[in-house]
Amino acid sequence: MSTWVFAEEVDGGPGEAALELFTKAAGLGDVTAVYLGSEASGALGTLGAYGARTVYHLTGGGDLPAASAAAALAGLVEREQPELVLFAQTYTSRDVAGRLAARIDRPLISNAVDVAIGGGNAVTSEIFGGTQVVKTEFTGPGPHLVLVRPKSFAAEESGGTVDRVEVLALEDAGHAGSPRVVETIVERAEGPQLSDAKVIVSGGRGLGSAEAYALIDQVAEPLEAATGATRAIVDAGWVPYAKQVGQTGKTVKPEVYLACGISGAMQHLVGMKDSKRIVAVNKDPEAPIFSVADLGIVGDLHKVLPKLTETLRARG
Amino acid sequence: MQVVVCVKQIPDPASPSVLDPATNRLVRPPEQVLDDTDRYGIEVGLQLGEKTGGSVTLVSMGPTGTMQGVRQALAMGADKAVIVDDPALGGSDALTTAKILAAAASREGFDVLVAGVESTDGYSGVVPQMMAELLGVPALTFARKVELDGVGLRIERQTAGGFDVVHADPPAVLAVTAGAVEPRYPTFRGIMAAKNKPVDRLSAADLGVGGDPGQEVVSVAPAPERQAGEVVEDGGTGHLRIVEFLEGAKVI
Repeated sequence: MSTWVFAEEVDGGPGEAALELFTKAAGLGDVTAVYLGSEASGALGTLGAYGARTVYHLTGGGDLPAASAAAALAGLVEREQPELVLFAQTYTSRDVAGRLAARIDRPLISNAVDVAIGGGNAVTSEIFGGTQVVKTEFTGPGPHLVLVRPKSFAAEESGGTVDRVEVLALEDAGHAGSPRVVETIVERAEGPQLSDAKVIVSGGRGLGSAEAYALIDQVAEPLEAATGATRAIVDAGWVPYAKQVGQTGKTVKPEVYLACGISGAMQHLVGMKDSKRIVAVNKDPEAPIFSVADLGIVGDLHKVLPKLTETLRARG
Repeated sequence: MQVVVCVKQIPDPASPSVLDPATNRLVRPPEQVLDDTDRYGIEVGLQLGEKTGGSVTLVSMGPTGTMQGVRQALAMGADKAVIVDDPALGGSDALTTAKILAAAASREGFDVLVAGVESTDGYSGVVPQMMAELLGVPALTFARKVELDGVGLRIERQTAGGFDVVHADPPAVLAVTAGAVEPRYPTFRGIMAAKNKPVDRLSAADLGVGGDPGQEVVSVAPAPERQAGEVVEDGGTGHLRIVEFLEGAKVI
């Protein structure tokens, strides 16, 4: 069984979401990494430690390398015939996987939360906001392409080193008027991050205004919590997209998720329902969020949150 | 500028979704509505069309039904629609969908092919990228803001850490997020006009697209339900209950 994992460079090394996939694949035979990044020397150590034995290093390709990377990857899979290629469902990997599927005319399954590697490579995904679990098998020849939602597996080192590296310089995809990045803006919040904070405090429309998001920040501070948001208030421009939790945002699994003024739309539940514990504050006793909460407070968050902040601060 | 916008008719999200137990496919009632996330793509398309004196054509795949969803899209101001409705396309995967929509767009001719980032009912989230590859054009994906920049487009592309400002020249595929723009409400005049706008109907064979999705749903089962916990009225002491809970969870 040969499994490939596609990893894109994030902050100078393979992204966490891809490392989760290496961990999943490493238990079931040799893993080959396809690494898209400028410099692999530092990344090789990490890729090896997470189970990669062969690394194809795709380098260059311009500002937005998805089209070129998909073309190079198509050549590689044609030559090496892997049975399964896993991608983390992140922005660039989504672009690469979609283009690759179209290029080699093989099916791609998105939103996987598990893959039973081997045979039809049965993919588990969730539909209807995570209320139904679907298993889908590939019926044709490989390579089988799967996009896996981040946080589906824990990333753990299995030890080892990379045996073989092949560097492929990406060519321009040859599109007239190829896209180019004019400017890069970083909005990433300082402090605890949604991806690894033990506690997350999130706000939704129930806050009533952009200004009221300060109540979320104030509760988060003494808890050393990351702060999140629903799609509704991100789309309304109250907080940056980087804070969005849900189907189109981040998937989170903290120890405690404190949902404030969040009704519990399916869109949002998909991204946070696997939190270890959930606390909800909402003035509507019928809000669906209460059906997944371990503790629900029916009340006005504008009253509850300031008192909560005060009590937490007083504890020091 | 010739603009083509992909739109989808979906079962009303206000009603519970149902799978056909025999086929494991989503049951699509005749009365389907416009996917709300498509309104952003339509608005972007209409603005590009208006600013450049161009046309806006909708392309859609799926059972025509009462055509309510497509009429809702036309009512916003698009000029015409093309619906690819073919029983052979039931249960199509993302790639087949992309092949159909790309072929339909190509048949109409486009400078910019607009789509939402993902649909509400299927949300595979890869159809725009696939269409770009099939058509051999650049893809501007995850666009949270779109502007004309000379003859080209300038977008803000969402990234994990913020956004990139990206420029590309047409022809191109453009995938927009909800929030890229404020969709207009159809006017009464728009709703009336939509009833008489041309709607072409095509089959998969008309576009020369067929094929096997290469995958099969083998089981569908309810997810393990999360046990609901205790729900209490605030009564002025809710914050203390939360502190107690956080202590129990050993995070403070």
